[in-house]
Amino acid sequence: MKLFEYRGKELFNEYGISVPNGRLVKDKNDFSGLNFPFVLKAQVPIGGRGKAGGIKSAENLKEAQEKFSKIMGMDIKGYKVRKVLAEEKVDIKKELYLSITLDRSKRMPLIMASVEGGMDIESVPDSKIFKEWINPLIGIQPFHIRSIITKLKLEKEDGKEVAKVISKIYKLFREYDCELVEINPLIIKKEGGVMALDSKVNINDDAMYRHQDIEPEVVELTPLEKDAKEKGIAFIQLEGNIGVIANGAGLTMATLDALTNYNGKGGVFLDLGGTDDPEKVKQAFELMKKAKPKVIFLNLFGGITRCDTVAKGVKDVITKEGIDCPVITRIKGCNEDQAKDILKDAGLITGTTLQDAAQKSSDLAR
Amino acid sequence: MAIFADNNSKVVVQGATGHQGVFHIGAMKEFGTKVVAGVTPGKGGQKVENVPIFDNVFDAVDERDANTSLILVPARFAKDAVFEALDAGCKTVVVITENIPFHDAMEFVHYSKYKNAVLIGPNCPGIASPGKTKIGILPGQIFKEGNIGVASRSGTLTYEIVNSLTEKGIGQSTCVGLGGDPIIGTTFIDSLNAFEKDKETKASVLVGEIGGTAEEEAAEHIKEYISKPVFAFIAGRTAPPGKRMGHAGAIIARGKGTAESKIKAFQKANVEVAKFPTDIADIIESSI
Repeated sequence: MKLFEYRGKELFNEYGISVPNGRLVKDKNDFSGLNFPFVLKAQVPIGGRGKAGGIKSAENLKEAQEKFSKIMGMDIKGYKVRKVLAEEKVDIKKELYLSITLDRSKRMPLIMASVEGGMDIESVPDSKIFKEWINPLIGIQPFHIRSIITKLKLEKEDGKEVAKVISKIYKLFREYDCELVEINPLIIKKEGGVMALDSKVNINDDAMYRHQDIEPEVVELTPLEKDAKEKGIAFIQLEGNIGVIANGAGLTMATLDALTNYNGKGGVFLDLGGTDDPEKVKQAFELMKKAKPKVIFLNLFGGITRCDTVAKGVKDVITKEGIDCPVITRIKGCNEDQAKDILKDAGLITGTTLQDAAQKSSDLAR
Repeated sequence: MAIFADNNSKVVVQGATGHQGVFHIGAMKEFGTKVVAGVTPGKGGQKVENVPIFDNVFDAVDERDANTSLILVPARFAKDAVFEALDAGCKTVVVITENIPFHDAMEFVHYSKYKNAVLIGPNCPGIASPGKTKIGILPGQIFKEGNIGVASRSGTLTYEIVNSLTEKGIGQSTCVGLGGDPIIGTTFIDSLNAFEKDKETKASVLVGEIGGTAEEEAAEHIKEYISKPVFAFIAGRTAPPGKRMGHAGAIIARGKGTAESKIKAFQKANVEVAKFPTDIADIIESSI
């Protein structure tokens, strides 16, 4: 889950990483206690908001009110701005980049630091990014931090301050099950000391149960995707018009891929998983119907799951509730013959092979 | 021979008394797996499918000589279960459990290396060496003894591919489900190295998917170190960036992990990549 900037900064505060003086502003008269000049920042879970006009500075009340009205409610890459953070401006001596993320290949947290702060890290050449991997069994040690600080070539006092921030974000990364903690920029103030001007904190969804203090607020799902999530069904809406139901994530992806060989395009990814529970099958079809695909392509491989049980569930839904688009099925594995008979009986079209079924689906979706 | 699991594997099932545990202990025994013990804290003394249940893994190792653990416990208790298996001396640990926080996986994967153990998964269907043993939830009826090694990040997709091999009379030495999570213990490279050494294995099949760079790394490794033929399939050619496609690890993030990049890397390493999963069997039939 991606936290908003202000929520990430609240965590920074808890971990003793200093952030600018500021708070969320509710409406255009809510500026008490904030000193000019300050910056108004749209809270959205996506990068590039500055370029989109979501960050503006204000020198006085009139400006602040005007700019607040522009930002609140604006649309940034599909996200409507519902929260605006106001922060007092700080005099900057130097901007750094600092982050911790997961290195999947090394299976370790990876710390990255650079003196090229304030810009998109993707555009910083690799030679200017200093990296340090931390074995989670030993955790962060002074030698890791020394190595980074030496490479950054900072003034001695500044180096000491940055070192403290590195060990604090590592602690945050581990304790809050983060996928990413990024500070860009981490600034060195003219008057001395360091401060996080931005925050990106992503928490691993699988670990949310142990972070009850984090309120989910970012909606990255479509209403149907949200509905599916509550029902425990893997459901993703895509751009095409063929709804794919399969069992297993890999098989569902491979089924979507197969369509492209016949110029078909998947509109829904629906992974039934290892279930043959008629209730789940029913829910899956209901969700699929709501997504209004032109064709439904059901691709099943029966391993532990028995094809005939799933087929019975499908037949039940279709005969009871009806379906207003063609359903192509391709069934393979445990009890496939019985399953095919059941589906034929329900009036569905069965393809002989994956290729055949993918072609039939694509043709019908045109 | 086979890799990672064979006739010498004596399995303790952690999470043995739940619905999944009972079902799969039965299915594994039917396949010929030596299931020697089960563990469920507080249920020691009971029996499941004639397999004695213990309160902890140490007792199962002491009394029943278990050397391999199958983890079927819920995600919240998985880290504890894996640590216990490793500390009790299990040299192979197969983690089926899905939705384990990756910070937990990171810890137990590194601990398994420290203990010189093979850790397979998490979020995987397990491992099967046809004619010998099956440790996990893979369907037994799809396999046939033979000499193709299979390593895969997916479950059902693997069954599909293995089934099509078997239908063509092409048997398998070992099929290992590596898992769909971003952090996994045993990688494509580990599997390739083991298949290379295994006398029974003549060629191998890698089933990859979007997310991460494991396939690209495997391709580089094949160029340098693998002499036996390798074939591949990659799922997710049509997956949009930024969406998790069912598996926690199947996500194109910051431009990395696309199917295109993986297919290209394999092709550069002379690994033929099948267009459809069921094509793998045809390709192997015509080239071996």
